[in-house]
Amino acid sequence: MNMTIAWITARGLLGRRRSWLLLPMPVILIGITAIGLAFEAEAADLADGVLIGLGVAVILPLVSLIVGTGVLGSEIDDGTVVHILTKPIPRSRIILAKLVVAATVSAVTTAVPMFVAATMVGGVRLGLGFGLACVAGAIVYSALFLALSVVTRRPVLVGLLYVVIWEGLLSNVVTGTRTVSVQHYVIEFASALSGSALFPSTVSTAVAGVMTVVFTVLGAWLATQRLRVFSVAGETS
Amino acid sequence: MEHRKPRTKGSPVSDLHLRGVSRWYGNVVAVNDVTMTLGPGVTGLLGPNGAGKTTLLHMMAGFLAPSRGEVLIDGDATWRNPAIYRKLGLVNEREAVYGFLSGKEFVRASAKLHGLPDADAATRRAIELVEMADAQDRRMDTYSKGMRQRMRVAAALVHDPAVLLLDEPFNGMDPRQRMHMMELLHRLGAQGRTVLFSSHILEEVEQVSGTVQVIVAGRLAASGDYRTIRRLMTHRPHVFAIRSSDDRRLAVALMASDSVAGVTLGKDGLTVHAGDYGTFTRALPRIALDQGVRVRQLIPSDESLESVFSYLVSA
Repeated sequence: MNMTIAWITARGLLGRRRSWLLLPMPVILIGITAIGLAFEAEAADLADGVLIGLGVAVILPLVSLIVGTGVLGSEIDDGTVVHILTKPIPRSRIILAKLVVAATVSAVTTAVPMFVAATMVGGVRLGLGFGLACVAGAIVYSALFLALSVVTRRPVLVGLLYVVIWEGLLSNVVTGTRTVSVQHYVIEFASALSGSALFPSTVSTAVAGVMTVVFTVLGAWLATQRLRVFSVAGETS
Repeated sequence: MEHRKPRTKGSPVSDLHLRGVSRWYGNVVAVNDVTMTLGPGVTGLLGPNGAGKTTLLHMMAGFLAPSRGEVLIDGDATWRNPAIYRKLGLVNEREAVYGFLSGKEFVRASAKLHGLPDADAATRRAIELVEMADAQDRRMDTYSKGMRQRMRVAAALVHDPAVLLLDEPFNGMDPRQRMHMMELLHRLGAQGRTVLFSSHILEEVEQVSGTVQVIVAGRLAASGDYRTIRRLMTHRPHVFAIRSSDDRRLAVALMASDSVAGVTLGKDGLTVHAGDYGTFTRALPRIALDQGVRVRQLIPSDESLESVFSYLVSA
């Protein structure tokens, strides 16, 4: 973990206008939960529709996408990454610093409002369950989107397609793909940690735990490998 | 002009070797079998736009793998070798900086990333070297292009590297900034650093460096002392396009002149091959006057840098 890289990354990330997109998300989540409760919606409906349907399926991946591609992809885009790469630092430590910053920012941005919203729906235990599950989700998504930043020149677009098509559509329609869907791991963690019967989990805790670690390590490893052979494009004229 | 004494402090003098380096993208060859050795002092990498200068610099800096051949600094490959940056500083052409940092924070971050024992002292020294102490606390997005460039040089120099590579460092600078940068490069070279900068402008190169590597269409076209290359350039045959009131009459008279190597008469006027630039341009008005021919147009038709370079390739 390199503190200088983490410091520059955090300042760059939070100073960028795109990061302001993060702000309304927690407000929307808590606001919609409050509206639901005001209209006396069933706890099970709120858990399924708002906490999972909006929080886990939309806000968590979207925040992680904005942050995860912002910590490295933006620097590659504007060329500032060269300042970090022209240093005698192992590429794995660069990726680690980026990953820690991305995961921390995403986790805080999603876990806090999720904790608040879930507590409103079903008490503190449900709140903790969803909050911690979102921390795990933020870590694994960050690793994946970080890797995407070095694999493709259009990480936001590819990441968005992944979130919408794979996580959003396929993993809910084709049952078999659930064992490779981050969304279902997060739901399983929330279920296991809260012990709540408000919503069904779809994968086993063991699968969710192992796959979360596997995806995180795989993402970080791939990002490091790609950064090692990072090439700057030559003259265009 | 060149003072090649070893530096008194910091890392020892380093050499940069390129051995049969080529780089291609698909079917396009960007750099073709370049072999060169760069030692202490300032060297200019001269060539027209698109000649492969940036590709070559990126390979030297470890940001691009050579398709064939190798780039070595003191025997170590630059590609996939982050440790090389202890000896190497790079100022690339894209002037991207972290605009949200002050100049001092930017240079200091570089010092910290290099793991220097006394980052503050190194930062101060580097900023003094580029004479930016007055503006060091301002955010970098308020800097002019020249100021940004100097801070980037400071960041690239903070660890006292033996090799400094700069890609088009004078681009977009005003004359004062340009002069300042030239002085700085001079000083760095005189300290015993191996400094290489690229440029597509001959005048920039001749003011800064004694040694020139000329690259044309991906190949090393000429290398050595700039004065020799300059002489080659001025003594090459020149081609002029001329229109006059009586082309045929002028052509006959021109052929009689020593300064003319050949004349082609076309319907759009004359194409004259002159032996050397100065003699011909002095002789032409006199010849025209003697013949009573009015010269309407005189255009040196091969004055583009590309033609100068292609002449060098064939020389």
